[in-house]
Amino acid sequence: MIIKNTNGGVNLGSKKFLSLALLMLMLISTALFGCSSGNTSEGTESGGEKEEETAKEKTLIFGRGGDSVSLDPIVVTDGESYKVTKNIFDTLVNFGEQDTEIYPGLAKEWKAAEDGLTYNFVLEEGIKFHDGTDFNAEAVVKNFERWAGGDADKFPYYGSMFGGFGDEEGHVIESVTATGDYEVEFKLKRPQAPFLKNLAMSSFGIASPTAFEKDGDKFGDNPVGTGPFKFVEWKRNDTVTLEKNADYWIEGEPKLDKVVFRSIPDNSARLNALLSGEIDLADGITPSDSKTIEGNADLQLFERPSMNVGYLGLTNTREPFDDPKVRQAMNHAIDKQAIVDAFFEGRGEVAKNPMPPVISGYNDNIEEYEYNPEKAKELLKEAGLEDGFDMELYAMPVPRPYMPDGQKVAEAIQKNLADIGVNAKIVSFEWATYLEKAAAGEADAFLLGWTGDNGDADNFLYVLLDQDNIGSNNYAYYENQELHDILIEAQTEVNEDKRNELYAKAQEIIHADAPWVPLAHSTPLLAGGKNVTNFKAHPTGSDKLSTVDLQ
Amino acid sequence: MLHYAGRRIFQLIPVLLGMTFIVFLIIRAIPGDPAQVILGQQASEEAIKALRTTLGLDNPWYIQYFEYLKGLLTGDLGESLRTRTPVVDEVWPYLAATIELSVFAIVIAVIIGINAGIISAWFQNSWFDYLAMIIALIGVSMPIFWLGLMNQWIFSIELGILPTTGRENVRDPVDVITNFYLIDTLIQGNFAQMSVVFKHLILPGTALATIPMAIIARMTRSSMLEVMRSDYVRTARSKGLKMFWVVYKHALKNAIIPVLTIIGLQMGLLLGGAILTETIFGWPGIGRYIYEAIGFRDYPVIQSGILIVAFIFVMINLIVDMLYGLIDPRIKYE
Repeated sequence: MIIKNTNGGVNLGSKKFLSLALLMLMLISTALFGCSSGNTSEGTESGGEKEEETAKEKTLIFGRGGDSVSLDPIVVTDGESYKVTKNIFDTLVNFGEQDTEIYPGLAKEWKAAEDGLTYNFVLEEGIKFHDGTDFNAEAVVKNFERWAGGDADKFPYYGSMFGGFGDEEGHVIESVTATGDYEVEFKLKRPQAPFLKNLAMSSFGIASPTAFEKDGDKFGDNPVGTGPFKFVEWKRNDTVTLEKNADYWIEGEPKLDKVVFRSIPDNSARLNALLSGEIDLADGITPSDSKTIEGNADLQLFERPSMNVGYLGLTNTREPFDDPKVRQAMNHAIDKQAIVDAFFEGRGEVAKNPMPPVISGYNDNIEEYEYNPEKAKELLKEAGLEDGFDMELYAMPVPRPYMPDGQKVAEAIQKNLADIGVNAKIVSFEWATYLEKAAAGEADAFLLGWTGDNGDADNFLYVLLDQDNIGSNNYAYYENQELHDILIEAQTEVNEDKRNELYAKAQEIIHADAPWVPLAHSTPLLAGGKNVTNFKAHPTGSDKLSTVDLQ
Repeated sequence: MLHYAGRRIFQLIPVLLGMTFIVFLIIRAIPGDPAQVILGQQASEEAIKALRTTLGLDNPWYIQYFEYLKGLLTGDLGESLRTRTPVVDEVWPYLAATIELSVFAIVIAVIIGINAGIISAWFQNSWFDYLAMIIALIGVSMPIFWLGLMNQWIFSIELGILPTTGRENVRDPVDVITNFYLIDTLIQGNFAQMSVVFKHLILPGTALATIPMAIIARMTRSSMLEVMRSDYVRTARSKGLKMFWVVYKHALKNAIIPVLTIIGLQMGLLLGGAILTETIFGWPGIGRYIYEAIGFRDYPVIQSGILIVAFIFVMINLIVDMLYGLIDPRIKYE
């Protein structure tokens, strides 16, 4: 009633009303579109004089999901850090362009002694670090002294790849000495088969001794290497900017003048940024977006060779998975092909072994457990479980390269298991909790995966399935003495053929015991503008951009 | 007034102390070992053990808490477990990014929200009123994620007039002075860059402003309706004063008090609640700083981040309370 009165009191000419409405409109549009004139869009915003500048200066903008932790490669273990450091630092030896074979790097040649205990490296001459320090044998020695003098907390990968630090018993490297200005000798306490592959890992990028002696713990904020690009600026959580190293020791490289790594956490937003031309390359493309990219004439899709495995781990110490028959039944019950088709969008291959085929030592003779629910039921019957059982199935809460959507994969598995009378309840936890519970052996079955560090079979089989790693990365609590002996023998076997035989045998044992249901080796995807040339995605996940160009 | 301000600030001490304690306890109630998370899936057991010792995670919680408080008193917010950098040294760029975005958002929300509310009240039950209130209703219930991605699609990809993500054109980065990019570019007199920075603010700013704008519009409308019914407005009207002045000068002054409270609260919420917006728009602000820290169980960062946001929240409320007195001298502080 009263309101009506008030309203009655407010009496306005329609003219005034119109002008007010206009005012509102103006306000809204000002706020929405900004009052700036001149430059139009971001895409062409580098327009006018700036466009010329960009034409002269080739800047590649690499969009990715997260920021680096540190730019000192030896202190980190995360891929986002290596993506950047791989372009600032060189390693003594390199992986191949798209594989994990070993090629010369800062060391142009090397010789390994027959017994596998001595390695002699001959270094490239005339190379300078970005700060002007000379690269020579002394610099290599100083890097190793720095690493070996650290501890597991400071340099985690050094310890886990070379068995420890300093005088520790497990430490593989006995000494590193300069035998000439450009010659370095490594003495090992015992042969280590993946030694060269370890040296090629991004963590072991050779840093300028002058710089790390001066900066100490702060070296990661101002990294200095010999790589194709020099560090310029790091705006945390936003961008890392690198510029061309004009004195790079490889003739004609790098092609680009500048590389900017930009963090855009949301996958859809990153794709939007690529579509609008704000970034040139986008990492972490969701498989379901691959069709959008292939259908767009301005874009191209890149496939990263797979070096991972996604699996359903069965906790071998928990009933009923302590019975190999039940584990084999699980392997027969799950339709892996359907899962790969549906959730990896066909971009990945079905796994039969715990490691991907690109890894040398892969046993292709293994006959995979075919999808056969009847056989699964039979096996359950033999195990005395014809009525099935109840179990908890852990579904990953986060997407990972090896598992694009844990929740959906879990649902598919749940349905497969229901067909053989197994009642799986899907549970999920926040990621850190998930890993912790799985590591503690609290899960009946859990989805998980692994991306290789150095392209060596040991990095899959020993790390994931050896009894030494129960409580850490052997989440399945799988234990087999015979397998353990083989894996340990393979660690010191330097003869490549003999080593591969050992790994072939190891995969047979694992196949028979069926501690997991291996699901897939996924193919991570990237996308880029059509103008990006010569980009080759590396299986390790960190790409050297020295040969990449922009047309 | 000064006395009142002093007392209010003094009262903040137990509030902030309580806050540190609650935050501390909650964070430690989350399962998950920070050492494991920091070192990642690939870490060895020894490495994890070593890190736990270095981080002091082996100590009982009350010792950790007192260590933390002791640090706070000396202006030490602790060291990020992830980057090993003192929080004090690394927090400012994130905080500045969020403040810039929030201030921009609140300005939009206030200008549009208050005016929409006033006009709705003025022309109650008109088509504008209905439209504005429907839009406000949609605004409150709109998921920011969806809105943000839709806006990117329309304004960046289809129309190509606004950038999708980030704070600047990374091909032509801003030289950082204060970390408020609008101010930085202004100081440098680089107006081309300033307009670019401004454009980057628009999409995340409007996404962030949507909810407060809607709330402010509704609050203004109902507050205005009440005031417009009062005798003095009728008197002013009968004196023949122009309606515009009646509304914007006389009525607004009285109607604004509850709206101010809402603005204060919303401003505080913006600071803490920018996580989604900052994720979609790749905005390197404090919301994402805290969010990433949660993923890494980076206790000192989570603690300090929440504490800083809470502190600002409390300060804004204090300022709002002070403003009451300036706007309406009848309000006396006891």
